[in-house]
Amino acid sequence: MAKITLDKVAHSYGANPLAPSDYALRLIDNIWQDGGAYALLGPSGCGKTTLLNIISGLLTPSKGRVLFDGKDVTALPPERRNIAQVFQFPVLYDTMSVYDNLAFPLKNRGFNRADIKTRVLEVAAILDLTDSLGKKAAGLTADAKQKISLGRGLVRSDVAAILFDEPLTVIDPHLKWQLRCKLKQVHEHLKLTLLYVTHDQVEALTFADHVIVMYQGEIVQIGTPQELFENPSHKFVGYFIGSPGMNFMPCTLEGNEAVVGDIKIRLNDQTAALGAGARGKLELGIRPLYLEVHDRNVQGSVPARVKSIEDQGSYKIVTAVLGSRNIVRARLAEGKPAPCEHAWLKFPESWIRLFSDERLLKN
Amino acid sequence: MRLQKRTFFFMGYLFLLMLPIYWMLNMSLKTNADILSSFTLYPVNITFENYIKIFTDVSWYSGYINSILYVTMNMAISLTTALPAAYAFSRYRFLGDKHMFFWLLTNRMAPAAVFLLPFFQLYSTFGLIDTHIAVALAHCLFNVPLAVWILEGFMSGVPREIDETAFIDGYKFPRFFLTIFLPQIRSGIGVTAFFCFMFSWVELLLARTLTTTNAKPIAATMTRTVSASGLDWGLLAAAGILTIVPGALVIWFVRNNLAKGFAMGRV
Amino acid sequence: MDKWKDNKAWFLVIPVFLLVAFSAIIPLMTVVNYSLQDIFGPGQRVFVGLEWFEQVLSDTRLHDALWRQLLFSGLVLLIEMPLGILIALIMPQKGLAASISLVLIALPLLIPWNVIGTIWIIFTRPDIGLFGAAINGMGIAFDHTSSPIQAWITLMFMEVWHWTPLVVLLAYAGLRAIPEAYFQAAKIDGASSWATFRYIQLPKMRGVLTIALLLRFMDSFLIYAEPFVLTGGGPGNTTTFLSIYLVKVAVGQFDLGPAAAFSLVYFLIILLFCWMFYQVLQNVGKGEKA
Repeated sequence: MAKITLDKVAHSYGANPLAPSDYALRLIDNIWQDGGAYALLGPSGCGKTTLLNIISGLLTPSKGRVLFDGKDVTALPPERRNIAQVFQFPVLYDTMSVYDNLAFPLKNRGFNRADIKTRVLEVAAILDLTDSLGKKAAGLTADAKQKISLGRGLVRSDVAAILFDEPLTVIDPHLKWQLRCKLKQVHEHLKLTLLYVTHDQVEALTFADHVIVMYQGEIVQIGTPQELFENPSHKFVGYFIGSPGMNFMPCTLEGNEAVVGDIKIRLNDQTAALGAGARGKLELGIRPLYLEVHDRNVQGSVPARVKSIEDQGSYKIVTAVLGSRNIVRARLAEGKPAPCEHAWLKFPESWIRLFSDERLLKN
Repeated sequence: MRLQKRTFFFMGYLFLLMLPIYWMLNMSLKTNADILSSFTLYPVNITFENYIKIFTDVSWYSGYINSILYVTMNMAISLTTALPAAYAFSRYRFLGDKHMFFWLLTNRMAPAAVFLLPFFQLYSTFGLIDTHIAVALAHCLFNVPLAVWILEGFMSGVPREIDETAFIDGYKFPRFFLTIFLPQIRSGIGVTAFFCFMFSWVELLLARTLTTTNAKPIAATMTRTVSASGLDWGLLAAAGILTIVPGALVIWFVRNNLAKGFAMGRV
Repeated sequence: MDKWKDNKAWFLVIPVFLLVAFSAIIPLMTVVNYSLQDIFGPGQRVFVGLEWFEQVLSDTRLHDALWRQLLFSGLVLLIEMPLGILIALIMPQKGLAASISLVLIALPLLIPWNVIGTIWIIFTRPDIGLFGAAINGMGIAFDHTSSPIQAWITLMFMEVWHWTPLVVLLAYAGLRAIPEAYFQAAKIDGASSWATFRYIQLPKMRGVLTIALLLRFMDSFLIYAEPFVLTGGGPGNTTTFLSIYLVKVAVGQFDLGPAAAFSLVYFLIILLFCWMFYQVLQNVGKGEKA
């Protein structure tokens, strides 16, 4: 079990980084607590795999230090760091059986046959692989192979953290869920620190206790799934999390109202005060889930023209145009009547968020 | 620079590899008299007369041109016929496909000597003796199977979803093949071109049998450098060095493709 | 990935089929034709059935040539395959150094085969060649034209020098195709370099090594120009391999019948070996997927 600390880590793949854009990872200063399940979420190229490889030791950062339980491991190679890594596609020793695959890390570290056997059987039991132990690893399905990859990490009882680099990429959709549950089980059972990299928000939000959102080499926000949803600290988080993402509209402030084009939206006192104190480009944000759609003019609503309605099964997504060109999406709950050409949108004051220069305004 | 054991051994290997070639270079820059009289590790009195002789003597330089001509023809024919066939083997199951594929490979397994007489008779009948196209076609015997073998391996590495998407999007096969598919296997084509060039450039038996004067390859000319005063070593060496040059250029041009991996391979 | 089933794919294959068949079938028919007849002169031929085959198969000089050939090909494979893999492992893997190394390594492959013979004639002559002079300088009287052992050794040097690069290129490409993640996982698992080679690199090179093995076997079994130029098959016939013997029979003795029969037998031997190698290597692969 380990507390992982990243002390002012930055990394550039080029030889002489000059501008911030030369860095794959800009300044990362962060602590991951022992035994937590963390997800590193972000789009391709945001630096999450770089970060993972720095933690595992496959990459040495250009700047900064990596500490495990306070000990500086920056110079240590992966095999001395007590971590295990599961990759995007199953990485196995094709010529060996499942048993030998699982035993491999222990054999290399000089354990004796009896100890190896005990440990391998233990781990195989946890991962439901006991029946396959004698088979050749290469002939199994993708999800079984990923379990073996995970198993190779678990056999080492001194393993402190397990790092996952988009491990479900090659798994069939209907098996993804099963594998995710298994991972959660393993986490609860063994209480290891798990770090899970993904670009799929559903995976991140269902797997992790805490999600770290990354964008362009920086950590943009760390929080529980709920915090990320309700209070995204960066426009990117608002946009990336949630399906569909948060609505954003440029606005100006007039007293207690936000002005979008020629439409005025009421704000509560708190939000208005935050807006008044802001300096940069102001935007109003609200999640489609909270934006109310009505088919008639209700108190406090503003008119909008309906562009399209998509049926997502248990709910519908209404895309409407507010004013001359602001496109917003709202979630229409099951059972509520769908508007035809015109809709009336109500912005509940408590769910309105103001962003200045793409950052959330908060107390 | 840290001199690791592996760098040391590798440089050693390269050194040994280059030694015979260097020796040829050494000799090509000396006169015959020099070569036979004194033994030096480098040309003390450098002379380019051997090279000049080759570049000015028709019977020599035409040999180069001939070789380059039929090798290029062969590469073109081999590639254009092998590409569609490789695609068929990669994407389709059809009657006799496995047998056909193995049969193609077996053509490389026959001793060239077997083909000398029949080829001579065959091409005579068509009046193609001493033409470049004759040698180009004859070399297809072993180059086309190799081309199909290698290309099929690369093509199988391209996911079929790409084909299916293109067809759904309305691409007709020729357009899809040329604009979408081929760019995907660029390294494969480079590798195949390299091997076709190589095996055609170095093949002597057939090339010599099917040509007399007009299309004689350079390698055949070289075997005629025996004169009254014995073998013209300097000239021979210069000619030899010059036969390496086109090859070196070809590898340099396809080097990225070689490095990218011709092992997305087959089998 | 299941292939599409469509016999119309034959249209794509027809150009290749015609081209190769034209080059292969007619000579093949000719060869079969000749192998079954005795030809005295134009228009005078007698069907002799399998007589030529019997003669060929009982020819002791053919047996000798066959053994020499097997020994030669065996040595070639034993030396070139491991050496080629080794060089591919120790050479620079990326960057300009890799590009230059590739070009230099590939050079011997691009020299016309008789020029190779010529190079080595020069190189091994004690009077004008570095190799010859060096050996002489070490006190060994070097003359491959009179000593069979020296002829063989010289031939092996020449052959290994000439063709190991092919194995190197193929092995190198095979190594480059292995995703980095495998090496990363091996590092994390604490695997030694040897273990990494044995469990990751070697298995993943199976495809290219098959190509290398088959090509090297075929070409070494068919070898003609290089040894012919260097030793002419001698001294005596100690380096007369199968191809050289075949040409001697066909050209030297002008006996087309036996030559044709011999060619067919020759071809079948290679076919048999290739088929065996191919099956073995395929099964090793299948065993992994069982």
